[in-house]
Amino acid sequence: MFDTLSERLNTALDGVRGSGTLTEDQVKKVTREIRLALLEADVNYGVVKEFVSNVRERATGAEVSKALSPGQQVVKIVNEELARLMGGSAHKLSFASRPPTVVMLAGLNGHGKTTAAGKLALFVRKLGKQPFMVACDTYRPAAVEQLQQIGREINVPVYAEGVEPAPEEIAERGIRAARDGGYDFVIIDTAGRQVVDLEMMEELKRVRKAARPHSVLLVLDVVTGQNAVEVAQAFQEYADFDGMILTKLDGDARGGAALSVVSVTGRPIKFASEGEKMSEFDYFYPDRMAGRILGMGDVLTLIEKA
Amino acid sequence: HKSRQAFVGQLNAAVSEFRDAEDEEFWERIEEILISSDVGVNTTAKLVAELEQRALERNITSGRELRELMVDITARMLEGDVSLDLSHRPSVILMVGVNGTGKTTTIGKLARYLPGEVMFAAADTFRAAAIEQLQLWGERTGAPVIARERGADAAAVVYDAVDAARREGTDVLIIDTAGRLHTKVNLMAELEKVRRVIERQMPGAPHEVLLTVDATTGQNGLRQARLFKESVGVTGVVLTKLDGTARGGIALAIADEVGVPIKLISVGEKVEDLHPFDARQFAEALFGEL
Ligand SMILES: Nc1nc2c(ncn2[C@@H]2O[C@H](COP(=O)(O)OP(=O)(O)OP(=O)(O)O)[C@@H](O)[C@H]2O)c(=O)[nH]1
Ligand SMILES: Nc1nc2c(ncn2[C@@H]2O[C@H](COP(=O)(O)OP(=O)(O)OP(=O)(O)O)[C@@H](O)[C@H]2O)c(=O)[nH]1
Ligand SMILES: [Mg+2]
Ligand SMILES: [Mg+2]
Repeated sequence: MFDTLSERLNTALDGVRGSGTLTEDQVKKVTREIRLALLEADVNYGVVKEFVSNVRERATGAEVSKALSPGQQVVKIVNEELARLMGGSAHKLSFASRPPTVVMLAGLNGHGKTTAAGKLALFVRKLGKQPFMVACDTYRPAAVEQLQQIGREINVPVYAEGVEPAPEEIAERGIRAARDGGYDFVIIDTAGRQVVDLEMMEELKRVRKAARPHSVLLVLDVVTGQNAVEVAQAFQEYADFDGMILTKLDGDARGGAALSVVSVTGRPIKFASEGEKMSEFDYFYPDRMAGRILGMGDVLTLIEKA
Repeated sequence: HKSRQAFVGQLNAAVSEFRDAEDEEFWERIEEILISSDVGVNTTAKLVAELEQRALERNITSGRELRELMVDITARMLEGDVSLDLSHRPSVILMVGVNGTGKTTTIGKLARYLPGEVMFAAADTFRAAAIEQLQLWGERTGAPVIARERGADAAAVVYDAVDAARREGTDVLIIDTAGRLHTKVNLMAELEKVRRVIERQMPGAPHEVLLTVDATTGQNGLRQARLFKESVGVTGVVLTKLDGTARGGIALAIADEVGVPIKLISVGEKVEDLHPFDARQFAEALFGEL
């Protein structure tokens, strides 16, 4: 079994050496391997189709340089295309000109929102901000306690009203409380939901309307498979998120969902969550994702040197 | 690898056997449905190859018959023993899985789903408010919850719980564990220790080790199932969040490639949203649009 795209490509192009251009037949073999590699990395079926056709265009008649084997040459093209899609550099946080900056988190059940709320709070405090969290998940048993325990752990206040009031009202009063208390960065935790549950999606819309957030972040588990696109499009429609937090990156999932969602929604991944500890959180560096999706760390350094 | 390479070839060969255009579309749709449902390249190739062979043997040419056959083959691949071993007192069920996949919620629902007296053990002593979450499920369903404080040794909680369940003559003891990624060696070792503590205290237990797999999971689900099986001997999968948009095709790959049966499905956050897995129904739903 091949673990990396480069191994696959080298086998597909076995015997092709030296300079010249790739033949049509070689390109065909190569694109088949790329397609399989991307599908195994959970890149969405439709996104793969489009991506492969772009690569095919570039690879046909591409010059094979002396420094790179034909396989490496194709890896380079694939990597460039991936990096272009993912967006080159990290997206830094921006803050509202009139504080507090309000950030709302949304996403599917169990993808890591509440944990990310605490992590983001800690992260912005290190940037000199005064964070404040609002507990708007009134559904999941002990969701409020979870955020409160996290808040105590990192010493960040949590506004909570239990589970009776409507989440949009809690959000509104929470933001007011933050402003009154002189806090300049508010994070709103919302309940996990499935996008087919239209009542819950409408609720999210109401919370968004009430909170008027500076930024809405979709929290997405890196193990997400083919339906990431459908999910992201629904959250785009109801919550109009402007970026994502990719979670559970400490595992071994390839993370094709990240590529799928960025390519379909045009929204960048802004943060990476990689662990259960509050400190395991950082800006997301898109250039690292291409290598992860294709499993080709060392080959990339090889190419960079060539 | 061979099967992967053969995949496209087989598909093309199959298409040329069924000459009319309708069939070509059929094969493409099959592939698209399976891949888009997270069945994965390997299992898809296997299914398609089998379909091709059986279709040729039986001289099937209509899309409708092919669909029937496809549902058949898929259902067969998924069929397994869905029953839970509840013949002990207490029968011990250990719930395991990666973070956020639905362990605690499934335990809550099991109290309603299973016959007899059920007790919970709050052995997730790590995550914030994990104990409180299970306690709320206990209140909802009337199941007593054995717990210690947050940060306590999970194995110690389990020890207390087996003890209490035996003393009180409880029918089923369900043990909640902290979510952990299958790649974390230390955390997996801790889970093995929990298992050993149960075994030592009650030979033959745990009688079921259930792995929760979120239906939205892509190909990583295979690695989750493999590694949890290796370390704690999974007896069945609970496929959760099937009420969402994901069709949960990874379950098919897990049944086929890892050999662990799917036993239960979860379709919501409410106590009544747990059902026995029905292979045929699952297969029908998978090819619903075909
Ligand atoms: N390993 C790992 N675990 C994580 C990460 N982020 C969150 N988790 C864990 O994933 C599980 C779910 O996290 P939560 O923060 O409760 O997820 P949520 O989206 O708020 O869940 P709901 O509110 O129920 O929808 C918990 O066990 C967290 O500890 C991460 O980056 N890595
Ligand atoms: N829609 C839906 N949500 C579910 C289902 N099962 C669980 N959930 C939700 O998924 C989230 C995580 O569920 P938990 O039961 O806390 O998952 P867990 O595996 O115990 O999580 P950790 O202990 O943090 O690893 C919660 O929001 C649950 O309400 C389901 O079948 N459908
Ligand atoms: Mg939460
Ligand atoms: Mg749990």
